[in-house]
Amino acid sequence: MEIQELEDIGAQVRRDIVRQVHSSQSGHPGGSLGCTDIVVALYFSEMRINENRNAEGFLEFNREGVNEDLFFLSNGHISPLFYSVLARRGYFPVSELATFRKINSRLQGHPATHEHLPGIRIASGSLGQGLSVGAGAAYAKKLRKEDRLVYVLMGDGEQQEGQVWEAVQFAPHHKLDNLVAIIDWNGQQIDGPTDKVMNNLDLKAKYQAFGWDTVDLDNGNNMQHVVEALKQAKEKTGKGKPVVILMRTGMGHGVDFMMGTHKWHGAAPNDPQLLAALNQLPETLGDY
Amino acid sequence: MKKYTFTDKKDTRSGFGAGIAELGRSNPKVLALCADLVASLKLDTFIKENPERFIQVGIAEANMIGISAGLALSGYIPYATTFANFGSGRVYDQIRQSVAYSGTNVKICVSHAGLTLGEDGATHQILEDLAMMRAMPEMTVINPCDYNQTKAATIAIADYQGPVYLRFGRPVMPIFTADDQKFEIGKAWTVNEGKDVSIFATGHLVWEAILAGEILEQEGIDAEIINIHTIKPLDEQAILQSASKTRCVVTAEEHQLNGGLGDAVCQVLSRNMPTPVEMVGVNNSFGESGVPAQLMEKYGLNAKSIVEKVRKVMARK
Repeated sequence: MEIQELEDIGAQVRRDIVRQVHSSQSGHPGGSLGCTDIVVALYFSEMRINENRNAEGFLEFNREGVNEDLFFLSNGHISPLFYSVLARRGYFPVSELATFRKINSRLQGHPATHEHLPGIRIASGSLGQGLSVGAGAAYAKKLRKEDRLVYVLMGDGEQQEGQVWEAVQFAPHHKLDNLVAIIDWNGQQIDGPTDKVMNNLDLKAKYQAFGWDTVDLDNGNNMQHVVEALKQAKEKTGKGKPVVILMRTGMGHGVDFMMGTHKWHGAAPNDPQLLAALNQLPETLGDY
Repeated sequence: MKKYTFTDKKDTRSGFGAGIAELGRSNPKVLALCADLVASLKLDTFIKENPERFIQVGIAEANMIGISAGLALSGYIPYATTFANFGSGRVYDQIRQSVAYSGTNVKICVSHAGLTLGEDGATHQILEDLAMMRAMPEMTVINPCDYNQTKAATIAIADYQGPVYLRFGRPVMPIFTADDQKFEIGKAWTVNEGKDVSIFATGHLVWEAILAGEILEQEGIDAEIINIHTIKPLDEQAILQSASKTRCVVTAEEHQLNGGLGDAVCQVLSRNMPTPVEMVGVNNSFGESGVPAQLMEKYGLNAKSIVEKVRKVMARK
C-alpha cells in the first residue's frame, strides 16, 4: 500500500478516536493518536492476516491465528485506536464504534475477549502483561514451526512494570526471534513526563543488555519512517533474537492542542474541542 | 462406617506428576511450564519423555501466567506449575486479566498448599488461595484428596475447556481412593453414607474426616462424609441432599475459615435451608514452621478437631 493511502487511513482513524472519546466522554486519546501510524501500518500493510470473509462480508477471525501475523496491544487504554483500526480493516462494522465504552457494548473501555469482539485475542488494560502473552503466542508459533511474526505494542510508562522485564528476559533465552516488541516512547505518563515520574533511562541499552536486537524509529508519526522501521524489524527476525522497535512518538499527534502533553492521556474533548480537532483531520473514508 | 484401608502412602503432588506424565503420552496439546520448581512438582517424567513440550520460565511467575495465556489462545493446553503461594496471590491480577477474563484454557497446577508444606513456614503456607480463586469469575477450583484422585483430576481437566486452579500438597498421605476412578469436575463424592451429621471435607482433610468417622462410630454417631474435591463449581445438590437428611454440618479444609469451603457451604445452606454449621479450618491466622502433623494438631486441622466440632454441631440440632 502506498504511503499516501496509509496516511489517509490514519487521518480517518484519528477522527474515529476523537469522536469515540468525545461520544462517551471518557477514554484515552493521547496515546491513541500517538500510536495511530504504526498500528495502521501493521494492519493495512505489514501483517499477513487471514483475508477470508464471512457471510456478512467481515474478515473471518480465528483467535488461534495459525499462519497469521499477530498483534497484541499491551497498553490497552489506547483501545479507541485498536477498535478503529479493526473496524476499518474489516473485522466488524465501523458503526459499532459509536458504542465505545457504553453499556452493552463489545467495545469495552479496555480491550476484552469476553464480549467476543472479532480481532481481540486477549484482554489488556492492567499494564505489563502483553509482552508475556505475545511471547507465549510466539512460542506456540515456534512449536508449530510457523514462520509468522508476533507484534506487541507497549507504552514507555509501562516499562516500569516488573513483569515486562520477566518477559524481556524470557524471549531471548528461548530464542523467540519471531517476536517484535514496539515501545511507544512518548515520554509521558499520567502523572507527568516519564523522566520525572520514574525515569526509564536508556531503554535501548537495557533491551540490548537483555539480548534483544533493536530498531530505532525516531519519528513514529511519519508514515514513511514507520513503514521502513517495520521492514527493518522484519529483516532482523529469524536471526536468533527478539526485536524491539524503540518508537519516538508525540502523544496526541495530529490534534495540535493535544500534542506534547500528558494532559490528554485520559481526558475527553468537549464539543468545541471536538470541532477544533476534526477540522485538523480530513474525513478520508467517511465517518461512522 | 464403610471401611477404608490403604497399603501405600504418597504425596498428592506425585499424583499430579503421574497424571501429567500420562497426558504427555496421550494429549499432544498439553504443555508443562514451571517456575524453577521442577523436582517439587514431580515433572521429571513428563520432561524426560517430552522435552520439547516443557517450558522453563525461571523464577518469574507473573510471566509464566502470561506465557501460558499466549500458548492457550494459540490452541495449546498449558499446565502452569509452581507452589500454591506463587500461583495464586502472587499472580492474582495476571490470572484475572490474562486467564479468567480472557477465557484462556490455562491449567494452574500448584503444590505445597496449606500448612502441610511444613518447615518452610508461613511465607510459603498459602491458606487464602481457595478464597481468591473462588471469588474469581470463570474459574474452576479443584482440591483433590489423595494421590489417585489428584492424578485423575490432572488428567480430567485437560478435557475441560476453561481456566482451572488445581491445588495439591507436599506430604505423603494414605492412598484410599480407587486408582481407576473417573474424575468428574463439580461432582462431590460420598465417602460414607450416614444419617446423624454431614462432614464436608476437601483435600488432605478428607482422610482426617474418615478417621473422625471411625471415632464417631464408636460413640454411636453415624456420620455422612462427603469429599468436596471441586470447590467451584460447588455440588450444591449433594450438599443440600445430605444436610436435609442429617440436619447439621461440619466442614473441614486446610485453608482459612474466611472464604474457603466452609463459607461456600454456609452460603448454599443459608440461602436454601438454614442449618447449624461448625467449621474446621485456620481461624484468621498465618501458619508457622514445624512438622506437618504437629502443625495440623496445633491449628486444629485433624480428626480430633472434626470429632469435637461434630459433637458441638449435633448439640445445636
